[in-house]
Amino acid sequence: MAQHAAKGARFQAVTANRLSDGEVVYFSADNRWVERFTEADVADGTEAAEALLARAMPDDFEAHVLEPYLFEVLEAGRVYKPASVRETIRAAGPTVRLDLGKQAEAKAE
Amino acid sequence: MYRYDEFDHKLVADRVNQFRGQVERRVSGALSEDQFKPLRLMNGVYLQLHAYMLRVAIPYGTLRSEQMQMLAHIARKYDRGYGHFTTRQNIQYNWPALDKIPDLLDELASVEMHAIQTSGNCIRNVTSDQYAGAIEGEAEDPRIVSEIIRQWSTFHPEFTYLPRKFKIAVTAHKNDRAAIKLHDIGIVVKQNDAGEIGYEVHVGGGQGRTPFVAKKMNDFVPKAKLLAYLEAVMRVYNMLGRRDNSYKARIKILVHETGEEEMRRMVEEEFAKIDASEMLTVPQTEIDRISAYFAPPAFETLPADSQAFTQAQADDADFARFVRANVVAHKQDGYAIVNISLKPIGGVPGDATDTQMDVIADLAERFSHDEVRVTHEQNLVLPHVKLDDVKTVYDALAAHDLATANLGLISDQIACPGLDYCNLANARSIPLAQEISERFSDLDRQYDIGELKIKISGCINACGHHHVGHIGILGVDKKGTEFYQISLGGAADENAAIGQITGRAFTEEDIVDAIETVVTTYTDLRADGERFIDTYNRLGMAPFKERLYD
Repeated sequence: MAQHAAKGARFQAVTANRLSDGEVVYFSADNRWVERFTEADVADGTEAAEALLARAMPDDFEAHVLEPYLFEVLEAGRVYKPASVRETIRAAGPTVRLDLGKQAEAKAE
Repeated sequence: MYRYDEFDHKLVADRVNQFRGQVERRVSGALSEDQFKPLRLMNGVYLQLHAYMLRVAIPYGTLRSEQMQMLAHIARKYDRGYGHFTTRQNIQYNWPALDKIPDLLDELASVEMHAIQTSGNCIRNVTSDQYAGAIEGEAEDPRIVSEIIRQWSTFHPEFTYLPRKFKIAVTAHKNDRAAIKLHDIGIVVKQNDAGEIGYEVHVGGGQGRTPFVAKKMNDFVPKAKLLAYLEAVMRVYNMLGRRDNSYKARIKILVHETGEEEMRRMVEEEFAKIDASEMLTVPQTEIDRISAYFAPPAFETLPADSQAFTQAQADDADFARFVRANVVAHKQDGYAIVNISLKPIGGVPGDATDTQMDVIADLAERFSHDEVRVTHEQNLVLPHVKLDDVKTVYDALAAHDLATANLGLISDQIACPGLDYCNLANARSIPLAQEISERFSDLDRQYDIGELKIKISGCINACGHHHVGHIGILGVDKKGTEFYQISLGGAADENAAIGQITGRAFTEEDIVDAIETVVTTYTDLRADGERFIDTYNRLGMAPFKERLYD
């Protein structure tokens, strides 16, 4: 898979796909898998990132999600955003179908 | 067209039930993802960026109307109202939920379709010429042998765990529309001097990170011996293909590293053993049985010309353009092959909505002897339309944005799903295809440029066939940012060639300008009647490189 590497990244979050439907999910500060990137827990530094990934992968994680991994996020003012094009697209939906994915759901609300 | 017999029905139904149980066990936690992943892949289920993706097989790209209607129904009921036709003549759904896929497969099976062997290290869907049985000059309908190969390769116990995936393509025409030389095995159905039908077999073609044009392994394999010969090729590959490095596991690497002559010797040695056993000699009765499914439809006896067809072109300039670009001569007087471009200006190459699929299914039923074809260039075909009906078909297509008159032109691009959907991609392909199509949207300009095949891949796996584009574009990732590398001079037809890289990659902002520079270099330098590929082959890379980088 491309663009997963987070070497040297300061801020990182954990993402995965939900088992039942493949939906992109993020691991939150209260140890839940949530659909919104904005609700993702963000770790500052390598040790915190490793701890975050460990929290996201208890023994039974496979009952809920597939292939959790860390990815780099950037501080953008008072919020965070994914660093790579890949994670930006995962967080929003296909750039060629703005009517689909999380971007469409956000617009509908 | 081929129809399932009782064994086919049972085989597919059993497989759906088996997969239903596997999904239930995965969801219940009885199977881990490591255990489940190879099982779902064998049933065409991938995990992509946003969701699961299901790839449905369309054997040799041929569909009946009811099958196309089912594809539309599935897009509506289980997906988001559209499907994506691929370079392997399959269709992919981008959003199905895992727990609904067994129901989806059940419905597919009701029209004799499935997703078996659309993934995994096995023999994949056999592809063929979209004009099969409709174009003049075929040795015989290539779908006959394609179906024989499909039956032989389905669940073949010896070839279920190959070193890597394996793709076979078949043509029966001097003009190769199936890119056979870019497949693991490419087959040309031909007639020898004695009038017998046999097969020219090419082995070791492919794209990906190490592209090769296939080598001709045998000039003429007799009809009854083909499966024995294919089995011999597969056995040599299965025994000697590398399993230690997935990047070097395809048969193209084996042929390259072993050498063409030694590969041929090993295949012939194995072939002699299999042939002597006569286990795989296809009985004439079976060949006849399958051939009967592909007998020509009941064509009417019609004059070669149609006054209505000619008059409609005179009356409607847009229709005349459509005929010029998208309508091809049929072997039967009074009929035409009608190509449906899935490349509207600014559209997503290969995508069709459920409504569009329903419209095409209806047109096929009413005007094309119930048949639709899928092309490896991500378009559709109505293969048997009476000249008198072409205008009616065109009007219905035009009403649903399906009448873009750009077949084979610069806006008729192949593009893989790219980083908008694909888990393997490094860069987006579709937005680039859209931008190029919009830049060159003027049809008169497209006709002036002439035949030009742009093919775009979002990563080195080359699903968008960039290696064999007249202009190929490869998306690459540089520290999380998309760049695009251009190659020139590739071809996927009977003169198959791998394109050469022009030089450093271009940014997302600069790539479309760079493509325009390549095109204007061609139009400035072409001789009378030269297509882009002809000019490139005459002049080579230098003038293009000079304009791009100096």
